[in-house]
Formats: sequence, structure tokens, C-alpha cells
Amino acid sequence: MYIIVVGVGRLGYYLTKALLDEGHEVLAIEKDATICEAVTDELGSVCIRGDGCETATLNEVGTGRADMLIAVTGDDEDNLVACQVAKHKFNVPFTIARIRNPQNETIFKKLGIDATVSSTNIILEYIEQEVPTHPLMHLLTIRDKGMEIVEVKIPPESTTVGKPVKELSLPPESKLSLIIRKHQKPLIPRANTILQAEDQIIAVTTPESEDELKAALRGA
Amino acid sequence: MKVVIMGCGRVGAQLASLLDADGHQVTVLDKNDYSFRRLPPTFNGTALLGNGIDQEVLKKAGIEEADAFFVLTEGDNRNVMAAQIAKHIFNVPRVICRIYDPLRQELYQTLGLEAISPTTVFAQLLKERLES
Repeated sequence: MYIIVVGVGRLGYYLTKALLDEGHEVLAIEKDATICEAVTDELGSVCIRGDGCETATLNEVGTGRADMLIAVTGDDEDNLVACQVAKHKFNVPFTIARIRNPQNETIFKKLGIDATVSSTNIILEYIEQEVPTHPLMHLLTIRDKGMEIVEVKIPPESTTVGKPVKELSLPPESKLSLIIRKHQKPLIPRANTILQAEDQIIAVTTPESEDELKAALRGA
Repeated sequence: MKVVIMGCGRVGAQLASLLDADGHQVTVLDKNDYSFRRLPPTFNGTALLGNGIDQEVLKKAGIEEADAFFVLTEGDNRNVMAAQIAKHIFNVPRVICRIYDPLRQELYQTLGLEAISPTTVFAQLLKERLES
């Protein structure tokens, strides 16, 4: 694949290196001349000096034939524009933007960026999975469908313990897929399945109805 | 009209005071409060400190009720991002943004943004001056 990396900070540098090691054709674009020289010294002529948001620079590096553009500068707005120019001017099939503000994930998606990477979110997800008291855990995001798979734990004091599934007021976008119980085989929830304390419930939902689902499953 | 202006530079401050004098409800946003010195003492609107590419800040500036949004910071990319958030996330009826780079201005114009490149406009103006 021909991959263009915009921004050679520490992240951009190791990304370029790793992609080269995997045998891809990689070109990095960096504004700073000193960084550019350092990269060229170490990795060969894979870095050009320029502004990755400018059509002229992207034209020069043959963005028209690129399979992917990854924008990893430190500024969300620069990453957005680099990806949008690549997408709309050069028809690059896949663009990835690094984001600092986790809220930009939905905005960038709406503005046509194929994927975003947020270190803030990645760290938060790890914390969620490591801290067992967290009521709702994100297991998987199905990005193109706007759905996600989550796990909700039912604490013993929950008012829904002892209630059948059909009595829960679940949001319409959510579906319970599986119940994991201690010392039992996982079971598929039916209308009459009674919730028990410590149940782990795997559900499909949308990010918007997450809170409603959590409330429906755990009660007041 | 309720108007939000992002960037209180010379143009932003000038526009704010013109619209304010016309009786519009104006909020000016800048990430540096030193910029607000450019607003005249008679300015009746609101000056708000914050970065407009953050949607929380835009909400605080009243973007949800705004009839118009002008994006006039020094950074083209910041302007492009804020303008798109206002247009596509908050559905502001009128969004006008400045993009210095003529090529980017052209691209975002075709993508539906009302974008003005002062570079193009001023160069054209100078050329016309010479020819007249």
C-alpha cells in the first residue's frame, strides 16, 4: 500500500518506521526542516518538507495514487483538514485522523473522516476494563453501523434483580444478546429470563441510548 | 439577529462593533483575552474567552440559537473546522468563514461552505485599481 503520514512528531516517526518495516511504501510530510533532515538521515528519503494541508504539497507527493492518509499532527484541526483535502481533492479511499479532544470523534465522522484515533479514549477504555466497579463497559464499536457491544453488570442491590427481561424498559435501539452467570453456561436472554445478582449482560446498543440501557438494566 | 463571531482580530472586532451598532446581539469569541482590547468601549455585546473548535465553547457562546456565525481567526484550518461544526452539527443558518489559502477556499466552497479568501479578493482589487 502507498501510505502518506502527515506530521512527524514522536507518533508520526514510529508510525512511519513501523509501516516501512511492514513493507509499505510510506511518505511522511513534515513542516519542520530539522525534523525532516533527521528522519531522512535515519530512515532514508521518506520525508518531505511541507504543509500536509496544502493541495500543492499533497499534489507533489502523488496523493492521487495513495491508498491511505494518516494525519497525526498535534492539532485536531490540522488533522481534519489534511484528511478532508486528501479525500475530496485526491479521492484517497481511507483517511485516519489523530484527535486530542475525544468529542471530535463524532464530529470528524460526520465530516467524512474514515477513522479517528484518540489516545484519551484508548486510555479511558483500558481504565473501564480494569476497574471492575464500572457499570458499563465498551467491548466493541461497530463504527459504520453506529452500534456498539457493551457489558453491563448487575449489582446485588439492583432493583431489577428477580425481574424477568420482559419487564425491563429497554430503549428500542438496544438488544440483550447474552447473559453470563457464575458456574453456568452463557445463556441467551428470553422474555421470561429472570435477572440475577452478579449477572454480566452483553448487549448491542447505540452510544446515545447507553445511559438509558444502563438505567433499565440496573434499576434505580 | 443573534450573531457569533470567532476571532477578535482587527476584522472580527470591526465587524462586531458594526453589527453591535446596528442593534444585533453579538458574541465575540477569542482564545486570548488581550484581543478584546480591540472592541470599542461602546460595545454592548458579549466577549467570551475560549477556543471555538471546541463544541462546548461554541455552545457557551450561544451557537445553538445563533442566526449567523462568522469565523475569522488567523488559522485557516481552525476556521474550516469551526465553520463545519457550526454548519453540520449545530445547523446554524448562515456560516461565513475566512480562508487565506485560495486553494483551500476553493475546495471548501465546493464542499458547501461559504468561504472567502482575502488573498484572492485583495489581489483582484489591486489588479483592478491598476487597470482603472
